[in-house]
Amino acid sequence: MCESSVGDGGAIRGMDNVTLARATMGTSLGFHIVFAVLGVGLPLLMMVAEGLWLKTKDDVWLSLAQRWSKAFGILFAVGAVSGTALSFELGLLWPRFMAFSGAIFGLPFSAEGFAFFIEAIFLGLYLYGWNRLSPVAHWLASIPIAVSGALSAVFVVMANAWMNSPSGFHLDSAGRLLDVDPLAAALNASTPTEDPHMLVSAYVVTGFLVAAVYAVGLLRRHEDQLHRRGLILGMAMAAVAIVLAGITGDTSARFIYQAQPAKFAAMEGLYQTVRGAPIHLGGIPIDSQHRVVGAIEIPDLLSLLAALDPNAEVRGLDTFPSNDRPNTIAVHLSFDAMVGFGILIGLAAALFWLLCIRRRRIPMWRPLLWLIVVSGPASVVAMEAGWFVTEFGRQPWIVYGILRTSEAATTAPALGPTFLVFFAIYIGLALTTARLLLLQARRNRAAA
Amino acid sequence: MSEAEIVAGILWLALTAYAVLAGADFGGGVWDLLAKGARARDQRRAVAEAMGPVWEANHVWLIFMIVGLFTGFPAAFGILSMALYLPFTIALVGIVLRGAAFAFRAHGREAVGDASAWGVAFGAASVIAPFFMAAGAAAVASGAIHVSGGRLVSGFEAGWATPYGALVGLFALAMCAYLAATYLTVETEGTPLESDFRRRAAAAGLVAGAAAIASLLVAPFAAPSLAGSLFGRGLPLLILALVNGPIALVAVWRSRPRIARFAVALQVTFVLWAWAVGQWPHLVPPDMTIADAAAPDATLTPLLVVIGIGMLLLLPSLWLLFRVFKARNPAAIY
Repeated sequence: MCESSVGDGGAIRGMDNVTLARATMGTSLGFHIVFAVLGVGLPLLMMVAEGLWLKTKDDVWLSLAQRWSKAFGILFAVGAVSGTALSFELGLLWPRFMAFSGAIFGLPFSAEGFAFFIEAIFLGLYLYGWNRLSPVAHWLASIPIAVSGALSAVFVVMANAWMNSPSGFHLDSAGRLLDVDPLAAALNASTPTEDPHMLVSAYVVTGFLVAAVYAVGLLRRHEDQLHRRGLILGMAMAAVAIVLAGITGDTSARFIYQAQPAKFAAMEGLYQTVRGAPIHLGGIPIDSQHRVVGAIEIPDLLSLLAALDPNAEVRGLDTFPSNDRPNTIAVHLSFDAMVGFGILIGLAAALFWLLCIRRRRIPMWRPLLWLIVVSGPASVVAMEAGWFVTEFGRQPWIVYGILRTSEAATTAPALGPTFLVFFAIYIGLALTTARLLLLQARRNRAAA
Repeated sequence: MSEAEIVAGILWLALTAYAVLAGADFGGGVWDLLAKGARARDQRRAVAEAMGPVWEANHVWLIFMIVGLFTGFPAAFGILSMALYLPFTIALVGIVLRGAAFAFRAHGREAVGDASAWGVAFGAASVIAPFFMAAGAAAVASGAIHVSGGRLVSGFEAGWATPYGALVGLFALAMCAYLAATYLTVETEGTPLESDFRRRAAAAGLVAGAAAIASLLVAPFAAPSLAGSLFGRGLPLLILALVNGPIALVAVWRSRPRIARFAVALQVTFVLWAWAVGQWPHLVPPDMTIADAAAPDATLTPLLVVIGIGMLLLLPSLWLLFRVFKARNPAAIY
């Protein structure tokens, strides 16, 4: 009677290696990316705050830099170990992909290795050097952290961009690599749009998360200089970056329209090739019915945005064989989440700075502070959703048009337990990181 | 020398740096786990202070090796990722937990104490990571990984899930503990902790020595190709290791911490290079040579340029880091 296979892990055992490898990689990336973007953005804020302290001798700036430095000590370590997990998992989960691609797209990874080295070294000097270095030397140590943090992101995204626009090699009829040109691979067609968009998104997330922390404090009536300045610095970074994110996002989308039409059609849930294509806001794409249900449709707008011509032709999903299409629901909803939350946080930043300029002081209007609090997590959702668009949208390819994801996964045993173990580890890391950051906040308040 | 051989040599240097520097950080975790006596708290604090500013930089040597391997030798990276999926995944769990646990303890001591789950995870993960990485290395060194037509044919357990793999894992773990305790005698020179770590260094050194001799004695039966390497082309370096080993132990025992530190680090270097020279020109013996696995020169040349430029930035930065935090020890060799 008990022969049913349902039991602990039954669902996992039923999953194939490709699904499990994707689940493990996706979980690792989705976790790591939050810490990675803070590793790009926070050092810049630390550099600015400590620089302002050196210039003005106002200790509030120093307090901000020191608090961020303490939080960063935890955030960077979690980012470093989860990044290590990813570098292993590239091979452990996708050995055939790496054996094929390593020689072509490894160069930016190698450069990223050095950027990470420099970041780790100067972070050691920065975190543990408050009493060992002169104030100016200590501030100088923050510069290589901020620069190499940004360069790390640039290099890593070059490699991802290559997966979207593989170039810098040829294949002969037997599938052997010829004419490898790693520099051309690093500077592939996707790099000029994908790289800037990811980089500015890192500053978007950092800015809004920092602003959200101080907005919480202000809502709790901790209306001191420290909270005001923390809010101002966060919102300054957020406001500049969200404008750039809009611009780079727009060029990215228009590039994808040209280079990855299947991804573009999935983003918009467009099934039939048409001129004057409409935009679908929200809704659920239903592949079997070839339409999006429940969306708000705006005629001609997609063609206008994609090609700057309301009558331009946009290729629909139906023109691709069904095994060459990405998951329409995942890509479309992720795209709308990214754009929707991006617009929401952009409006929050605009409103904040409008009131700031008009009143010539920081607005303490509580609904606005609440909006900023919400913008913190909303910026993370927008960033993750954008990453989903890139990754789900590239499917079924791991190297677009060249190598299928299904052909790249390992045949190793025990991928199910691997997924479960790493999933549990990431939950543990997230919970403990949150607990310790809250503890630091309490300790900071007690010391203030 | 071909470009591929130069890249392989650089990666082996990186492995040496990782073993000598990060190996000691794992060993620090071992001593955290085994801290006892009236000064247990102080021992743990000495470990944390010694590791704090440098462990993340030391850890990056591993990243450097991984990206260097998949850029320079993508075929070998693919095969090793398959053949060693299990030990590397387990080691990776250890690496992730060790690093996170250390940072949690360092920056949140009130909430994450020595006895908390994360506190214990730091030590336990520091045992797991080097043990399984070394067991994986044993599979490579003993020529257990077989490749045919670019495909792995020796399965997922060959060479590491064996008594010999465990013996090499134990040897590496003891070496890590030995490195850490020896370095810590320098860090704690002149305090009561120095003698604590001196005794620990001597104990770890004896265990490592015994494991080394045992693994040499059984190598002709358990890992004939490794024995062939070590007693063949690797012999001069093996002899140096056999001579240097007792010198290091005596220096530890006679309280010559600086000489001991140098000698123990040198011991690790001799062992790794005896292995490397012994199996040259193979990367994954017996089926994959450096030339077989290498990326085309079109990749290796820019890779060497990137490494050259990177080292120009890296080495002065590393010097500064160790200068600032290890300046009490002007004879620092790292």
